[in-house]
Amino acid sequence: MKNTLPDSTARTIGPPAVESRRRFLDYLLGTSAVATLGAIVYPIIRFMSPPKVIESTESSVVAAKLNEIPVNSGKIFKFGSKPGILVRTDSGELKAFSAVCTHLDCIVQYQPETKQIWCACHNGHYNLNGKNVAGPPPRPLEEFKVNTRGDEIVVSKA
Amino acid sequence: MIQEWLDERLSVSALSEMARKKEVPVHRYSIWYYFGGMTLFLFVVQVVTGILLLLYYRPSAENAFESVQFIVTEVQFGWLIRSIHSWSANLMIATLFIHLFSVFFLRAYRRPREMTWVSGVVLLFIVICFGFSGYLLPWNKLAYFATKVGTEIAGVVPIVGHTVLRFLRGGDDVTGATLTRFFGFHVAVLPATATVFLAVHVLLVQLHGMSVPPSLKDQNVSKMKFIPNFLLRDLIGWILAIGVLAALAALFPWELGEKADPFAPAPAGIKPEWYFLFMFQTLKYLPAKILGMDGEVLGIMTFNIVALLLFIVPFVDSGPENRKRRLIFNIIGVLALLYIAVMTIIGYVT
Repeated sequence: MKNTLPDSTARTIGPPAVESRRRFLDYLLGTSAVATLGAIVYPIIRFMSPPKVIESTESSVVAAKLNEIPVNSGKIFKFGSKPGILVRTDSGELKAFSAVCTHLDCIVQYQPETKQIWCACHNGHYNLNGKNVAGPPPRPLEEFKVNTRGDEIVVSKA
Repeated sequence: MIQEWLDERLSVSALSEMARKKEVPVHRYSIWYYFGGMTLFLFVVQVVTGILLLLYYRPSAENAFESVQFIVTEVQFGWLIRSIHSWSANLMIATLFIHLFSVFFLRAYRRPREMTWVSGVVLLFIVICFGFSGYLLPWNKLAYFATKVGTEIAGVVPIVGHTVLRFLRGGDDVTGATLTRFFGFHVAVLPATATVFLAVHVLLVQLHGMSVPPSLKDQNVSKMKFIPNFLLRDLIGWILAIGVLAALAALFPWELGEKADPFAPAPAGIKPEWYFLFMFQTLKYLPAKILGMDGEVLGIMTFNIVALLLFIVPFVDSGPENRKRRLIFNIIGVLALLYIAVMTIIGYVT
């Protein structure tokens, strides 16, 4: 009797206990490894993603002086961190748009010969309402409001 | 004595025995065997001249253009080193394309060389990334707009596009942050990755030996020793390459252009490097909308898918020789070559 007790306990309790203890340790080891890896990889991924820069909130800007822009010409101006384009049409009307081409992000220019706004990168054309009329651009240019204040041309977001 | 000492520790004799045993088949297509080695040689030129440029280059929007200007005007032989770096980059891409197409047409990617092909395709993409990231570093107008367009192209890929764009640009726009990132890719990330894949690629070539085209399999193909016969021929090619590079650098020094200005329109006649020209020209022709999708999205996705298809070439063209499949592969290869050639020429002349 004395001999059989440890034997039977070893058979019935011992091995499964050892096995479940091993499984538990494996589990601890595995999760620790994953957690460690996560603690290393997560900051690296976050580090690679550039922080959001606060966009300038200015909603209007002095784009040019009236005498700087003759009839049938265009001028690039800074609107916050983005370029805008100011156009004075043949009839002397002032128009302003975002100068960022809606196709692939190039900066557009005014073409006096065709009286259109043109993107040199992939030959995109916009008319003087900012509408994409030829070439690959998929959308019109964003239009801004133009006001004159004395001899200053003030452009503001619509 | 020294040899014994080294041999015991480094098994030098086993390596030199292997090198001595290496043979190269001689047949009418043998000329194409040289282009892999030529690409490798030009890569070495890139590493050497690149390290030299690093002595003076300053990677920031305020300093980059001026530092390259300094290199080409003030530093002794700076114009030469910089021009050779640019020319060698272009020649390397040219020899790489020749290598790719010759392996394709000679079907050298077939079993057991599938992984050699796959590692080669990875190297192709690494080299394109080298070209794209290096192009921005002088921070001139052309580079600025090329990077704007190139990263915007990455941005139109569905779902992951915007994240990739921000990762590449280091923000929403191309700025000095982009330059710093591209510099890091160009001189650290890409060289490290390229070295690993290059080692695998070259090692696999040693392991499998040179492939004999299937069309010559039943003929009796003679062989030449790699050392010294083939290596000496390689050497002649490399010496010629140095001559060509020096001549190109002296006669057609690489231009620096004007400094980038984020508030100036894209200059008229702007074009990417010749190896991107066929894709650029395609983008010009695509209408704004195709079947309700933005034309450029469709075009860019098509190019991406075709690029990925390169990886599976050896796994599609597997199994025993099949004349019909061989014909189809040759037609696809010729059409691709024609498309690239025609679009590139149109891109140049228009």
